Amino acid sequence: MLLKDRILTSRIDLNHFLNHIAVPYIVLDTDRTALFANRSFEALTGFPVDRCPGVPCRHITRCGVCIQGCPALKLEATDQPVTVKTDMINFNRKRVSVKMVVSPLKDNAGKAAGFIETFYDISYMEESVATPESSYSFRGIVGRSSRMEKIFDILPVLAQSDASVLITGETGTGKDKVAEEIHNASPRAEEPFIKINCGALPETLLESELFGHTKGAFTGAVDSKPGRFRLAHNGTLYLTEIGDLPLTLQVKLLTVLDDGAVFPLGGNKRVPVNVRLIAATHRNLEEMVAEGRFRQDLFYRLNVARLHLPALRERNGDVRLLLDYFLHFYASKAGRQCKEFSDSALELLGTYAYPGNVRELSNIVEYAVAVCEGETIRGDHLPSYIKEVPAERGVRSDPAEKTEVPHAAKTFQPQAVDEVPSWKSVEKQMIMDALVKTGGHKGKAASILGWGRSTLWRKMKQYGIDR
Amino acid sequence: MVRNVLIPLYKDETAPRFDLCAEVLIAGYDNGRRISENIIVLQQPSAEDLCHMILKEKIDLVICGGIEEEYYQYLNWKDVKVIDDVIGEKDSVLDRYEKGGLKRGDILFAQPTEKLEKE
Repeated sequence: MLLKDRILTSRIDLNHFLNHIAVPYIVLDTDRTALFANRSFEALTGFPVDRCPGVPCRHITRCGVCIQGCPALKLEATDQPVTVKTDMINFNRKRVSVKMVVSPLKDNAGKAAGFIETFYDISYMEESVATPESSYSFRGIVGRSSRMEKIFDILPVLAQSDASVLITGETGTGKDKVAEEIHNASPRAEEPFIKINCGALPETLLESELFGHTKGAFTGAVDSKPGRFRLAHNGTLYLTEIGDLPLTLQVKLLTVLDDGAVFPLGGNKRVPVNVRLIAATHRNLEEMVAEGRFRQDLFYRLNVARLHLPALRERNGDVRLLLDYFLHFYASKAGRQCKEFSDSALELLGTYAYPGNVRELSNIVEYAVAVCEGETIRGDHLPSYIKEVPAERGVRSDPAEKTEVPHAAKTFQPQAVDEVPSWKSVEKQMIMDALVKTGGHKGKAASILGWGRSTLWRKMKQYGIDR
Repeated sequence: MVRNVLIPLYKDETAPRFDLCAEVLIAGYDNGRRISENIIVLQQPSAEDLCHMILKEKIDLVICGGIEEEYYQYLNWKDVKVIDDVIGEKDSVLDRYEKGGLKRGDILFAQPTEKLEKE
């Protein structure tokens, strides 16, 4: 007997086999209720595959075509696979563009036995069409400051390597976006990209989410769960807010990274996993290591390649670029006529400090586009808090704008790229001023500066103010 | 206390998608007792229009299937509670809600093990 025939006629562990196919698919009964799906399907949709059986597929796949005209119904007429481009809203509340292929399943007698639906995530293709590459961007990440140019240079290199990446930067600087784009530009792009927020779940739940559990492992574990590591098999696992990972889980994570395998909770079977790890945090991990709050060995394991995303205030010339980029983006998306900012709006937007960085800038423009009914966004179309925010917190502390011409930056001239040291000196001066104002009270000074006490402490140490 | 609950519908079930639903059920409750039930057919499926209607009709709770984060956050911001990813027929959903046990991700269709038990 030929090898091919032996394989095709042998009994195989179908569940195990199908779960290792990287293409997400779901098998349906003739009445279009789900029979089973594989783990890649769970990674794409977020729907737990063990809860699939018996549920009408439209409630699981949630594709536009499921509501507007089920493609499986067309199969009855043609008997040939049907391919459609559509979108789905997954169980992480995210809209994902997909290509969906629906094929009929027949039994040995050639009688209809059901359907198989396979899915291909094409959202990254659509994004690249919507936002063409330019010399100022990398897959939708925009900037032309020297700090961002360095990042654009290194991103393709990092994407092609398989090294762990640690992304640091303040909140709103685009850590999630960068992680996703590294994955999309990597050889693992066709495989799952799984994200988990280490700060969003209690320790016990996080452990089960990361490493999975077996049925009966703890009270309430009524079913086995694969865990994010196994869902990300052959793909990328993105651990955001890694600085919030409890110490006990840090040890377990390190073990998994060293061994390349997980042991689900309550199980004693070793499950090999091939996962590329990207971690991100807004915390200072070096400081946490020094304070004993983060394991040094894990830090070195994650810090193979380091990417620090600059705060918007450190990206000279990028504010105007981003304002125009988001204006065009939101105006096209919402079908609005807005084309430009008035001088007064630019003055406000140019002097604002953006403590929430690019995310905040994007939200401000989205708001302005929604409110503006004409072609020009004026100052009164901007959120009122921009105008009301106290000077110490809200206004950019760029020396040229703060000390010489406050609220008068009518145009955004890209500034000299070697101004970073001057920002440091201004920051030092800001700290000194705040401390003088509060009579040396660090807590009050931190509050004035809009920082946490630990940030103030770290920066004081950095600038040698504590001596 | 009067409380209004809205369920986007697809036939007799919760609509799989908030943005594509063509009709909604609005159930009114007075001190936990259902006092009214109306089905409203929408002019056209639109998440924006539906959000507008939810605010206009002073809805306190939306029970739905898939909803995008943007609309979920918007409704929460407007103090409208949303229980999403709920799968089931409208009567079972309201029944579960009235008993106080409805939560995100509930599947109220009989699944194979339950079917076997019933048989």
